[in-house]
Amino acid sequence: MPIDASLVGREFPPTAPFLVTEAEVASFAAATGSGSRRVPATFPVVVTFRALLEFLEAERVELARIVHGDQKFSYERPVVVGDELTATLTVTGVRQIEGTDILRTTSAITDADGALVCTAGATIVHRGEA
Amino acid sequence: MSALEAGAELAPQEFVVRRDDLVAYAGASGDHNPIHQDESIAHLVGLPGVIAHGMYTMALAARAVAVWTDDAEVVDLGCKFTAPVVVPAEGGATVRIAGTVKSVADGCATLALDVTCAGEKVLGAPKAVVRLG
Repeated sequence: MPIDASLVGREFPPTAPFLVTEAEVASFAAATGSGSRRVPATFPVVVTFRALLEFLEAERVELARIVHGDQKFSYERPVVVGDELTATLTVTGVRQIEGTDILRTTSAITDADGALVCTAGATIVHRGEA
Repeated sequence: MSALEAGAELAPQEFVVRRDDLVAYAGASGDHNPIHQDESIAHLVGLPGVIAHGMYTMALAARAVAVWTDDAEVVDLGCKFTAPVVVPAEGGATVRIAGTVKSVADGCATLALDVTCAGEKVLGAPKAVVRLG
């Protein structure tokens, strides 16, 4: 099923706040082999992926049929342990090429005060059934 | 370590990606897309086999950047996912990450990366901007 082009401009509900704990950061760092003292730069995917899953569920898109097209993180400040992060996904573009949907999204990642921490842009490629 | 001056070449780093790594990454990131675990599902949706999460490869790029920059603060990080990293059931796929300092300005360095697997570029225009201490 193609993704509805009228979704462009739609903002989806924010994800539930995610508390950045030492354990979550250690788990992510271990899984990616990071030896950094910092929270790894791609860590916010933990919240943007939740926003994506909620989007896919709302639009009834099967996870196995999507691949990632591109990703960008633009930071206002580094993520630190103790942050409570929320991602709010907005659809910024939908186009179809030969049965494949190309979905552009931007997710604003905010802290408990509502301040912007990071903007994550992502393109999601949805491969339709042949 | 190379000094972060415009034009500096950054020493390439290699990482071996195994199926077990993808299982661990799925758990840590929440991305349980079966195309990163299950050969039959990957084939069913037209992929050449089990592929690494694009975000896993991007995390390796971030790891390389941290090593090159002595763990500098990352201000921007971005890439396209242009080719899949196909991870065999036995052994692993080797991802090679090279880089160049493109520019240094306003207290930040912009790094252009070159990320390949078996000689093929897997990330398009991977770029990182870090704040210099």
